[in-house]
Amino acid sequence: MKSNKKRTYLLITIPILALFVCFNTIPLIRGIVYSFTNFKGFGTYDWVGFRNYMDLFTDSRIGGSYLFTFKLAIVATILTNVISLILALGLNSKIRAKSFFRAAYFLPNVLGALVVGYIFQYLFTYILPALGEMVGSPTLSQSLLSNENLAWFAIVIVCCWQNIAMNTIIYISGLQTVPEDVYEAGDLDGATGWKRFRHLTFPLIIPFFTINMVLCVKNFLMVFDQIMAMTQGGPAQSTESISFLIYNNGMKGGAFGYQSANAVIFFIVIVAISAAQMSISSRKEEQL
Amino acid sequence: MKARIGQKTNWPVVILLILGLSTIIFPLYMAIVIAFKQPSEMTNSISGILSLPSSWSLSNFAEAMEVTDFWHSLGNSIMITVVTVVLSILIHSLMGYAIGRNRAHSKFYKFVYLFIVSGMFVPFAILMMPLAKQTAELGLANWAGVIILYVVFYMPMNVLLYSGYLVNIPIALEEAAEVDGATTWGTYWKIIFPIMKPMHATVAIITALAVWNDVMTPLIIMAGTGQNTLPLAQLNFQTQFGTNYNLAFASYLLALIPILIFYVICQKQILNGVVNGAVK
Repeated sequence: MKSNKKRTYLLITIPILALFVCFNTIPLIRGIVYSFTNFKGFGTYDWVGFRNYMDLFTDSRIGGSYLFTFKLAIVATILTNVISLILALGLNSKIRAKSFFRAAYFLPNVLGALVVGYIFQYLFTYILPALGEMVGSPTLSQSLLSNENLAWFAIVIVCCWQNIAMNTIIYISGLQTVPEDVYEAGDLDGATGWKRFRHLTFPLIIPFFTINMVLCVKNFLMVFDQIMAMTQGGPAQSTESISFLIYNNGMKGGAFGYQSANAVIFFIVIVAISAAQMSISSRKEEQL
Repeated sequence: MKARIGQKTNWPVVILLILGLSTIIFPLYMAIVIAFKQPSEMTNSISGILSLPSSWSLSNFAEAMEVTDFWHSLGNSIMITVVTVVLSILIHSLMGYAIGRNRAHSKFYKFVYLFIVSGMFVPFAILMMPLAKQTAELGLANWAGVIILYVVFYMPMNVLLYSGYLVNIPIALEEAAEVDGATTWGTYWKIIFPIMKPMHATVAIITALAVWNDVMTPLIIMAGTGQNTLPLAQLNFQTQFGTNYNLAFASYLLALIPILIFYVICQKQILNGVVNGAVK
């Protein structure tokens, strides 16, 4: 009886695990192997040892893509979280048509990032400059997307537009876990407004804050669709995200081996950041 | 005291929320009016772009459907999404079950759990080039390959959800069934699988949304097969006919309509599913 049970569990686990290894672990290992070669994506290749990795650190294009991706991730994470927290507080207060507002504010999240990117591309290329001319601002009257110094911020806006929806919903479900009597007790102690938020509400929703931080950072570091739709990495490679660069040069540009090395570094960075976030957040939650 | 908090509508907040909604409605409004206009109606001023079209003609939509092979792409997207969701529910729940019931006392299952869940940290960027090669070698550079990859990609997340949910289901249920002579396999499908229904809904929603809107996987695996998913069709359209904005926006709207309909019908389930998935 007991061994029968064990066999069933194994018969379930082994094939599924094999599938996972085939299409996740093996490609990962192959990616690492390619990173030590000068493979172009086809034909023969030679081993080059660590040369790809050495080159990575002196390649200004790679450095630029990391700089852009991190700048985007940090700014967009902060903006998204601040705005969605304010929005969640509003949506959770005593208002009319609560479920309508919640559903409406969540809408951007279900739309595909690529198409949203195209719509915003038009907005930044035609509508915003026309507005800029009306108010007489020389910076705004040309397209944000063709401005080397500002194009990254256009990407930030689109990323926020979509992710605020998701984060707001998570913050709302966090705010609903805060019991009403906590506020009543706070009222008696004279905690209102910002004080009440800072000392009562926020500490109680820290787990939800953590979830949002992790989700945001992960999404933004891997940004791809928006870049594909809006700038293709331009102008002057100022909005080339890491994923986009790996796709563009590795898949299409023939630098398969070299970009594999880039992808390995990117993988290590993601793992390190995720591990750091988790250890920080678990420490914070313990304190409570 | 409670009555006071409960009754009053906070009107300033309502007004701010209505104003805030414009940031969501404006891009969509712009997309709709442009999609209905003819190129001759588009002037360079804002009012020219944003005014209502002179007639609500569907000709742009008809043309966009033809150019992007809409029905074909829609069919592919629906098929890939439905098959992925069904397979995910079947396969991931089984895996979650095997792991959830054995993780506590077996080192092997604990290892399998950590091994699969750590797959969440592998960025697609490192997998895409080897996967493009591997699927081509295996003859899977088509929709079937895309489905297999989705089942693998969403496995870490879904196994985490299922095995977490299983903790709340008392093991006594299965033991009672086994005393009556049912096999583990039979017990699973008759008792455990139906009980996990709320989790199936969550998994279905988050997997479906992710698959439906994904561009990268079909781009890398299906490029060159002549088959498109809806997002991929937009991408190809853009590179070929990017300058006719009226046609382009009609095509964007067509790509958004199916998910919008789905959202309007199931918004409650979607909101719940997404929150469940993220919070667990």
